[in-house]
Amino acid sequence: MKARSDRLLVWSRGPDGRRLAGFTFGALILALITGPEGLEGNPTYGVIHSWLRPRVIAFIAAGVIAWFLSTFWVRNRDRWRPAVRETWQGAIEPFSDRRVRWGSYVGLIAAAALLPQVISGTWQEITVDQIGTYVLLALGLNVVVGFAGLLDLGYIAFYLIGAYSAAYWTGVLPVHPPIVLNPFWVLPLAVLAAMAAGVILGTPTLRLRGDYLAIVTLGFGEIIQIVANTLGSVTGGAQGVIGIKRFSINVFGIHYKFPVGAQANVPYYYLLLVFVIVALVVFHLLENSRVGRAWTAIREDEVAAEACGINPLKYKIMAFAIGASTSGFAGVLFASKIGFIDPTEFSVQMSILVLILVVFGGMGSLPGALIGAAFLQWGQNFLRTSNYSWYNEQDLYVYFGALVIVMMIFRPQGIIPSRRRSREIGLAEQGIGTADALAPPGSPP
Amino acid sequence: MCFTTNFWNLFIGGLANGFIYALIALGYTLVYGVLRLINFAHSEVFMSGAFGGLFVLQNVIGSKQPSGLASVGLVVLGLAAGAVSGAAVAFLLERVAYRPLRRRNAPRLAFLISAIGASYFLYNLAGKEFGRQPISIPNAFTNGTVFTVFGAPVQTYYVIVAVVTLVLLVLIDRVVALTRLGRGIRAVAQDADTASLMGVNIDRVISQTFVIGGLLGGAAGFLYAIPTGVAYTMGFTPGIKAFTAAVLGGIGNIRGAMIGGLVLGVAENLPVSCIQTSWRDVVAFGILVLVLMFRPTGILGEKLGRAA
Repeated sequence: MKARSDRLLVWSRGPDGRRLAGFTFGALILALITGPEGLEGNPTYGVIHSWLRPRVIAFIAAGVIAWFLSTFWVRNRDRWRPAVRETWQGAIEPFSDRRVRWGSYVGLIAAAALLPQVISGTWQEITVDQIGTYVLLALGLNVVVGFAGLLDLGYIAFYLIGAYSAAYWTGVLPVHPPIVLNPFWVLPLAVLAAMAAGVILGTPTLRLRGDYLAIVTLGFGEIIQIVANTLGSVTGGAQGVIGIKRFSINVFGIHYKFPVGAQANVPYYYLLLVFVIVALVVFHLLENSRVGRAWTAIREDEVAAEACGINPLKYKIMAFAIGASTSGFAGVLFASKIGFIDPTEFSVQMSILVLILVVFGGMGSLPGALIGAAFLQWGQNFLRTSNYSWYNEQDLYVYFGALVIVMMIFRPQGIIPSRRRSREIGLAEQGIGTADALAPPGSPP
Repeated sequence: MCFTTNFWNLFIGGLANGFIYALIALGYTLVYGVLRLINFAHSEVFMSGAFGGLFVLQNVIGSKQPSGLASVGLVVLGLAAGAVSGAAVAFLLERVAYRPLRRRNAPRLAFLISAIGASYFLYNLAGKEFGRQPISIPNAFTNGTVFTVFGAPVQTYYVIVAVVTLVLLVLIDRVVALTRLGRGIRAVAQDADTASLMGVNIDRVISQTFVIGGLLGGAAGFLYAIPTGVAYTMGFTPGIKAFTAAVLGGIGNIRGAMIGGLVLGVAENLPVSCIQTSWRDVVAFGILVLVLMFRPTGILGEKLGRAA
């Protein structure tokens, strides 16, 4: 009897036992977050009704089944992995042909162009406001987090700067611009404003440790919201501003004004599609340019990069400013589409959301940022619009928080990883290089 | 001259906030020492301490109106409940969000992102389970003026905050300086690899560091919530400010965190007579950026692992 309990103890501390404990813990957490909301004045209500009710058995059973499957995989991992890899290689092999690759790009763009014609009005709006905008934002943050290996937690602050620039230059803020402009002309100005803010904020911070940037941007994201809220004589204060002008095209005799309200979705969809494609192309070229290689070098080993003549500070600030300007750019689009902005729309939570999109898709991977952002935003809105009894919209960040922790533990490279980035993370785990740019300059990794 | 009106009132209020920032900042600074990481979820440890104190006091006090020795006992009870909840959350946090990454020797970016995830998970879970409206803590003592400084009244609450914080600060300073555990913390902060060769159990030291930070943060959460009430979002702003305080005093430096907290608390509160209250957070953030620009090592200098 004694020997058996001893063996159980040993087993429970071994890899299988620990994994079982992990899965059970995960199942209990899942039971808690899909459980009922707590009642005010009765703090244990939610916990009791999630854990001490029959439903918890289903969750634990699911956890045990998942453990069983994972054990199965772990036991046969070495045997199956080559086969899985081979199948995958076989599936992507045709794409190494340039013609097939370009053909599929054209096919994807055509599919994206046809998309708004086949979905309902509600989903058209979601596709523009929730998916398209966030894809653009995620692509920009991917430059900071993925390419440069920095952490920006106040990314939406630059989005706010872009949106308020649009409001300023179209003459609807309490302070008036020298001339009222079409939003198309605001785009470069907003990009410059966001970039300047990025450089001003990034320079003192990035000279120190990279991880200080995270807290400084977090503070900045909060502060700029307070400023927009409090400085009513400049920003319109908490009521926000209305009547931001739409985009309009007045060249070569073409006169087109982007419409208002529900009619605006489809034209803005195409505008966003163009900008997303442009962003993808630009960032792809950037990644493979001298600048992109410098970022890679800094990420992998900052000291060695510096020894090769790369100025890490310059390239870090550059990445931060490029991210900021993308965010500012998206802010102009958002403001002129909605036509109305107020400070509450630019919460720190939104910055974290964009970070989650990038992390989920895969840091440093353009298809990852694109598909990860689109998928998570689609899923979130799908859950919101389908009114499941177990899903409460306010709990979204409980799910997202748990998702981020799970991703970091099991798949830090994201669902569609960049090959370079996942190799780096693997090397960093063996103690070679850093895979990020957070260490203080000149210190050993 | 607006600066001189209410000067002493604002000074005392700022000092009380500063004491609380100092307690939270210690959690950041200790963890930064051993892991070289900003523990973004520390603000949620703070928040859970407030909830712990709240629930215990709600059950114990009910509708009574305590006074005298009962008040002292209740404040101590609330503090203990807050500290224990904070420590429990910090312990779990380290186990779930940090240790698996440390086992794998994950890059630092992964730790920070995991901590952000944990922070969002924890505070939104608290909102889900405990309601999203702020709840006020039942009165454990009657707030009145104890004495006056240059005509500015010092309330009972301020006296409690000052006494509790000073006791805890001296205690933690001595623990880190004198005990075996403190030696372990300093050794890991100085050089984790060598410390492990010398027989220090790094996992245990890190876990204990989180627990100590959690005890202090949880107690601070309870103190902070006495006048403001408890809300699931309450951790965010004090969290950033406490980190600012830690940087201001010199990251990794225990006495620095204390001084940084007090300086920040007073410095952000004094201009309030000249500007709107909502600018207070902007002042604190401005201080963070200025410190980073002009004296990034803080007032007392960084002290990662050198004797406190």
